[in-house]
Amino acid sequence: MKVKSRNYKIGRLLLYLVLILMAALMLVPFVWMISSSLKLDKDVFTFPIQWIPQNPRWQNYRDIWNKIPLGKFALNTTKITIIVTILQLLTSSFAAYAFAKLEFRYKNVLFLSYVATIAVPWQVYMVPQFIMMRSFGLNDTHLAIICLQAFSAFGVFMMRQFYQGIPDELCEAARIDGMSEYQIWWKIMLPLSKPALSTLTIFTFVNTWNDFLGPSIYLKTEVKKTLQVGIRMFIGQFGSEYGLIMAASVLSLIPVFIVFISLQKYFVEGVAASGLKG
Amino acid sequence: MEKQINPQKIEMKLAKLEPKLKTLQSKLDKATTQRERDSLNEKIYYTQGKVKQIKSGQRFSRQTKRSLVAYSFLAPNFIGFAIFTLIPVIFAFVLAFLKWDGNSVMQFVGLQNFSQMFGNSRFWASFKNTIVYCVATVPLTLVVALGLAIVLNQNIKGRNFFRTVSFFPYVASLVAVAAVWNMLFSPNKSGPVNMILYNLGVAVKDLPKWSAGKDTVMFTVILFSVWKNMGYYMVIYLAGLQGINSELYEAASLDGANSWQRFRFITWPQLQSTTFFVTIILTINCFKVYDIVYMLAGGSNGVINESAIVLVYHIYEEAFRNWNLGYASAVSMVLFLMVLAVTLIQFRGEKKYAN
Repeated sequence: MKVKSRNYKIGRLLLYLVLILMAALMLVPFVWMISSSLKLDKDVFTFPIQWIPQNPRWQNYRDIWNKIPLGKFALNTTKITIIVTILQLLTSSFAAYAFAKLEFRYKNVLFLSYVATIAVPWQVYMVPQFIMMRSFGLNDTHLAIICLQAFSAFGVFMMRQFYQGIPDELCEAARIDGMSEYQIWWKIMLPLSKPALSTLTIFTFVNTWNDFLGPSIYLKTEVKKTLQVGIRMFIGQFGSEYGLIMAASVLSLIPVFIVFISLQKYFVEGVAASGLKG
Repeated sequence: MEKQINPQKIEMKLAKLEPKLKTLQSKLDKATTQRERDSLNEKIYYTQGKVKQIKSGQRFSRQTKRSLVAYSFLAPNFIGFAIFTLIPVIFAFVLAFLKWDGNSVMQFVGLQNFSQMFGNSRFWASFKNTIVYCVATVPLTLVVALGLAIVLNQNIKGRNFFRTVSFFPYVASLVAVAAVWNMLFSPNKSGPVNMILYNLGVAVKDLPKWSAGKDTVMFTVILFSVWKNMGYYMVIYLAGLQGINSELYEAASLDGANSWQRFRFITWPQLQSTTFFVTIILTINCFKVYDIVYMLAGGSNGVINESAIVLVYHIYEEAFRNWNLGYASAVSMVLFLMVLAVTLIQFRGEKKYAN
């Protein structure tokens, strides 16, 4: 038994070593980002790497706001992200309720039209979509980005899947009590679907916040740009101002990390469920 | 909402509907497949509703009323979905056979866009790079994600901390982490990674150029992609691991199986459907790659040369730089067919793994 416990201890030790190594690999870029954001450009590449800057240059965090309209970018991104998330939650849970709990004419055809677009990635139809948006006069507007993100088939599928797990008897009972379908959706389905709504919230939030290709196609005026496109533009223009680039990057990550950490349980569950269901 | 009852009209309508109902009924008796029966049942249900409505003289049948309520639920999403997704998708298929710059008159050119595409070296480069990226990224991500999931599925201290940390690269915005990555893997001697290599004894002229080098750029992109996305697939594997019956492991321990045997004969076979699913979504996501390449290999002007160009970038440059909208759509048809092929494999696999 003694031998076994020694083997066990060595195994454990190895396990923790692997874990710490992996955590380091994941975290080093972020630590480096924060550390460089507090340095002068000329100190960023000193070797050996100075993890904690001797004279942290907090000024980088002040300068970046004047160098580029970072505040405006942040405001644009926040606005777009919040509107998209709310629209996505409302319209998909609304539509999903019809697909999961109501009987109606052409249900199968309508549902099929959602299914059929799943195999078509956005990149395949981004060109005609852009042409259409332009003909609506939506080029270079935030509304274009909102329309592009807010009505995904993904949200409808996810919510429908969840609603199907809620027993039909619950709706039947409510109908007998004289509730209208709208009341059932509002008073019964919505409160019950908090986990699914949270998952959808975090997915939509992270995707919209981090989206790059969409805004980079549509938004041309500088003050209309989102954080991602704006920071990328800044990197293109001032490629060697490392300290400022890193400061801007750190700032752009904060909101996503806050949302992620506060809703992470739902995020992980959502990803896991997508794997189990296929 | 009661309207004037006109007995003659009712008779006429009923005379039409009742035979229709009968033919539907007889069709139903003859129907062989479940699908046919379902659709016939639906038709009968709505025809019966119509008959009732006419007899009672109401404006809408009960079924129609229910449908209208359902449509009001669907409308907000469906209208947006139809305008901004469904119509552009259909438009994309048409556009591939047209020549158009977005302003002048469209011109039907048949397969010309496709023949032009097959003669374009940038297309072939982007096709090749996309495949190379995919072939390397899929197995690497799979192995790393599975390894990570197995380690994090053990009973260890700080498990939640490690799980959260491994998700960080996935949620972090690409622009920010790509900027760091570009600095860490700076092609100069002063870049931190190259500095480490240099101190390990690599000669200055042998230091890799990473994303600035013709031969190393794809490797850098692949490495970055694995690092960024493994957390996501790790979570899927973790869920798969938790679904394995622990009695299997207990039985194996009694038989004296070692860790490798437990993995080889229990974990791996039990995770087959998870692996299948992960492979599918990974492959599709790899086909759609754009931003990673753009940010690592795009340089300051955002132009990608043939050593790193991928399909989506080729679509982007042809559409939004050169305004060859028809040609760009033809390239996107290639992307579509690739994704469709994988999706069809997925549908077949789902049937297999469903039970």
